[in-house]
Amino acid sequence: MKADPKGVLTGAHYIDGDHACAEGAIAAGCRFFAGYPITPSTEAAERIASRFPFVGGTFIQMEDELASMAAILGASWGGRKSMTVTSGPGFSLMMENIGLGVMMEVPCVIANVQRGGPSTGLPTMVGQQDMMQARWGSHGDYAIIALAPQSPQESFDLTITAFNFSEKYRVPVLFMLDECIGHMTEKVVIPPAEEIEIEPRRLTDKPPGDYLPYETGKDLIPDMADAGMGYRFHTTGLTHDERGYPDMSVECQGKLVRRLMDKINNRVDDITIIRKEKIDGAEVILLSYGISARVSTLSIEKARKKGVKVGRVRLITIWPFPEKEIAKLADKIKAFIVPEINMGQISREVERVVAGKCDVISVPHAGGGVHDPEVILEAIMEAVK
Amino acid sequence: MIKGQVEIRVTGYGGQGVVLSGYIIGRAVTIYDDKNATMTQSFGPEARGSACSISMIISPDPIYYPYVTSPNILIVMSPEGYTKHYPGVTDDAIIIVEEDIVHPGKIKDTQTLYTCPATRIAEELGRRLVLNVVMLGFFTAATELISEEAMRKSIEASVPEGTQKLNLTAFNNGYAYFQESKEKAEEKARTQA
Repeated sequence: MKADPKGVLTGAHYIDGDHACAEGAIAAGCRFFAGYPITPSTEAAERIASRFPFVGGTFIQMEDELASMAAILGASWGGRKSMTVTSGPGFSLMMENIGLGVMMEVPCVIANVQRGGPSTGLPTMVGQQDMMQARWGSHGDYAIIALAPQSPQESFDLTITAFNFSEKYRVPVLFMLDECIGHMTEKVVIPPAEEIEIEPRRLTDKPPGDYLPYETGKDLIPDMADAGMGYRFHTTGLTHDERGYPDMSVECQGKLVRRLMDKINNRVDDITIIRKEKIDGAEVILLSYGISARVSTLSIEKARKKGVKVGRVRLITIWPFPEKEIAKLADKIKAFIVPEINMGQISREVERVVAGKCDVISVPHAGGGVHDPEVILEAIMEAVK
Repeated sequence: MIKGQVEIRVTGYGGQGVVLSGYIIGRAVTIYDDKNATMTQSFGPEARGSACSISMIISPDPIYYPYVTSPNILIVMSPEGYTKHYPGVTDDAIIIVEEDIVHPGKIKDTQTLYTCPATRIAEELGRRLVLNVVMLGFFTAATELISEEAMRKSIEASVPEGTQKLNLTAFNNGYAYFQESKEKAEEKARTQA
């Protein structure tokens, strides 16, 4: 279905990544927001607060991030597309209820404008240190989706994708910006509403008496009934059966947890968004994401001028990790070079996937700044020696 | 006309409209002049203090590294902003200062210094607040980096509703002040010759 024109601010804008994320959410149909202000994500909340009165949305500033996350889960069950935005410390507080969202299979979007950590770390400065927390931050086994933009324009575009994935797969989607993208102002073009594809909610077509909230077909994704539609059902964070009632048996846990993981992991190809460039004949491949991928462009260009055959892989979908795509490249190259603003989180994932078939060279950077492109260039030159 | 990639920094007191100046320049470049402009800004206490700043890269090509390293153009509206940001500019930088607020020391021979009485020009309009837009008019005329037309459209789109006329006049007066002072300087040079 197409976007509701009421929420789409069609035209060219000069806005930052946070504002672009807010506009993407509103264009995607988000009409409920709960959050607690935290640098560097607050601009997104402010934008939503100022725009929601004109589109019929509900904005609540909650007492903290635990409550914010709980509120968006409730609102999503109430039939509203919902989101929250935060940064590292708030993301930590949201973890328990993100797990609840995964377990209850609630579509919603959590944007994390990453700053340097740990703890309160560097409130106004960039980091990409929450990438593994996005994957594993809540307890228990689960699969989740996370996307990373490299510009304000992508912040707009991919927030829509995040909402669409969350509705399609019934899972909280983590939108992993960083302070640099969030606070960077550039031109953002918002297309007309009729050019924006929106994933509608998977509503059941069964009558209330026949509906089981966690019954699934081959696609392993249950249909929803929003609160107020006349369906009576139960949902819980406890291990539950198809009726949504607690069933603490080993069999039920095995079936449920496998399904929660399989519904995402069986569709990695559909969820993967990846940008590849000059892969054929590449000696080494620079693999990165977000602002680090963007900054690496300069290093790649310089290396190519020196005659080095550098390919490029930019991950937009970070989780589920595009294992197959990366593993098949490993046979043909000397090394993956992985710059990121953390001490080597995704590079370890690459190492795991290539399983020794080629080198993996981490180019770490602590929070607070982006890489000097020269440092990445040196890593490329070292790798081809 | 300046070609290729240009780095700009605007600095001044928090509340002087430094950030709005950045938005006006960026919007003019990207939306009305069809080039790229990536802006980053100061956050935290300094954004509210005396060396609030925005930094912007303008380029006909995509911009991959978003941070300004050495500005080619520095627009200064506070003494602290000058002290903090002058040392980082390029050897051929253009430095534009508000002449009643900022008193620069000696600059390199290869650099160009322009001074503009933006506060006085703004006061003549009855609103000291628009000194930033006067500075933008002066900057537009002095650097010829961005078209006058694009800057005017951007001001109209960026300033609060109801203040467009005042701001456009502020822009025009800043623009005219540069041209008049340039003509005077040329006239002086001619008579001396």
